Amino acid sequence: MSALESSSAIKTEKLEGWNRPPVIEPDGEGELMEVAMGPHHPSTHGVFRMDLALDGERVIRLKPVFGYLHRNHEKLGEGQSYLASMPFTDRLDYICSLTNNWAYALAVEKLIGQAVPERAEYLRVILGELTRVQNHASSIGFLIQEMGASGTPLMYAFREREKILDLFEGLTGSRMMCNYMRFGGCRVDASAAWLDAVRKVVAGLPGFVDEFERFLTSNEILMARCQGVGILRPELAVNAGVTGPMLRASGVNYDIRKVDHYGIYDRFKFRVPLGDHWDVYDRYMIRILEMRESIGIVEQALKDIPGGPVMDQKAKIRGLRPKPGEAYGRIEAPKGELGFYLQSDGSPNPYRYRVRPPSLINLTILEDMCLGQNVADVVLIFGSVDIVLGEVDR
Amino acid sequence: MLGEGILKGLAETAKNFAGSFVSAERMTTVQYPEERIAPVEAARVFPFLVYDGADWEAGMRCVACQICEKECPPKCIYIEKSKDKKPDALGKPQFYPAKFDIDVSVCMSCQICVEVCPFEAIKMDNEFELATDDRFGGLLQDRKQLAKSNEYYHTIHPTEAAEVDARLAAEKTKAAADAAAKAARPPAQAATPAPAQKPAGGGE
Repeated sequence: MSALESSSAIKTEKLEGWNRPPVIEPDGEGELMEVAMGPHHPSTHGVFRMDLALDGERVIRLKPVFGYLHRNHEKLGEGQSYLASMPFTDRLDYICSLTNNWAYALAVEKLIGQAVPERAEYLRVILGELTRVQNHASSIGFLIQEMGASGTPLMYAFREREKILDLFEGLTGSRMMCNYMRFGGCRVDASAAWLDAVRKVVAGLPGFVDEFERFLTSNEILMARCQGVGILRPELAVNAGVTGPMLRASGVNYDIRKVDHYGIYDRFKFRVPLGDHWDVYDRYMIRILEMRESIGIVEQALKDIPGGPVMDQKAKIRGLRPKPGEAYGRIEAPKGELGFYLQSDGSPNPYRYRVRPPSLINLTILEDMCLGQNVADVVLIFGSVDIVLGEVDR
Repeated sequence: MLGEGILKGLAETAKNFAGSFVSAERMTTVQYPEERIAPVEAARVFPFLVYDGADWEAGMRCVACQICEKECPPKCIYIEKSKDKKPDALGKPQFYPAKFDIDVSVCMSCQICVEVCPFEAIKMDNEFELATDDRFGGLLQDRKQLAKSNEYYHTIHPTEAAEVDARLAAEKTKAAADAAAKAARPPAQAATPAPAQKPAGGGE
């Protein structure tokens, strides 16, 4: 299905015409039908509308309409202190609040030149990778749900996600809105009992992925529905700025953990799975393989997590006044490149606060993947992008 | 064979279904509200104001410095400072909140108020059944509703409360030692300002 660590050479012979969306001509019989799919369509993971023009079952045009969940996140960030934005980042991609915290903390740390203690870095890696596991599990569950398997695979995913959320609650006090990372470390230290609980859960995770794969990977219905559907060519993916599992399923070897060397990812051994069919099934498979790699990273991190403080002694939490300047912190969030751009003018509030959300940018190529496909496949392709509307609209 | 994958998946489901009757691990749900899972120690839902002793008004640790009001991200705290002063735990006269309201419907349980409080006066409760049939007055909690005793704090967050108590006791002995040193000094030097005027916790 997907070659591990294959070369990232983009097949250039397929280049001609990639930048023009393929024009699908109606067959001339009957009229086009315009359908507004959403904003209350159950498959849209929130409130999102697709304006479709259909010729029978085929999609001729697709226009995504965003903005129903706009909450003014960036402007709010400019109106309050650096610390006060931290709990709001939880609410961007509410499935993975800890990676949002991490990206924002990284941006502020770059802005003020703050170091992070060793133990805090390890805790960040453990929490970030657990977040990736639970995000991928639930996103596969949602994808299969959109295929029509109402509930069963999603319940398997949520059973496992529940165990990880319990860990988050034990450490941070909240299951989803963790608000855990701070500029210069983490808010509270993890007890030995909590680390043992993580070891217990992580020991059970490979079994869960095996079960999930026995359950789904060779299922004929899943293969018939997913294979060859929603092909995203690597040239288009790169040009559209698509990142994360979407890009890697298109065969492009780009993982910010590998290319940006943020945190302490250089110390861990893990592989980057790549797809070679560029379709929905590859995106499903990439997520399964990434879960396995993430479990490996957590195991390595748990083995050599050092003692010591989780917060830099000189770190200032309240009343932060960075020198005028700018910083961009980015991480490999479960959905793709999540970046925070901050510009300071020396005042307690950022002058400019910008989020680069993976969900929004991965969604912009929805039309290119859907043209010429059936309506039922549009739902599937949309599900395979793995978005959270809180992050798309902000 | 076509259909083999589907049959394998169905076998997996059957295994889980049968397993839920015999193994507690496969039965993951709890029948709320008849059955309840006790909240974890770190759980945080809504802030409350800690008081020492028996009288909530006299023992309230809050000195109405309004740092939490300023730092609260959704701005759900409203404080009015008192005109007069009352003695705090160290016996020093301090302002107290004449009004202290928190809006349940606005609060987002982020715990920033707890982190920035230099007086260990505001802490997080783990009571989560805050529903009420009055969506205006019932959701606005005043300082009497918010006040909860230190003993209650010990029952919900025992480890954290013990650390806080140790910290406060250390400050109290330090303050007493400073006062004794000040009293022992000759009256000519006593006029110089004492250095130990920083608020407890050093949050600033």
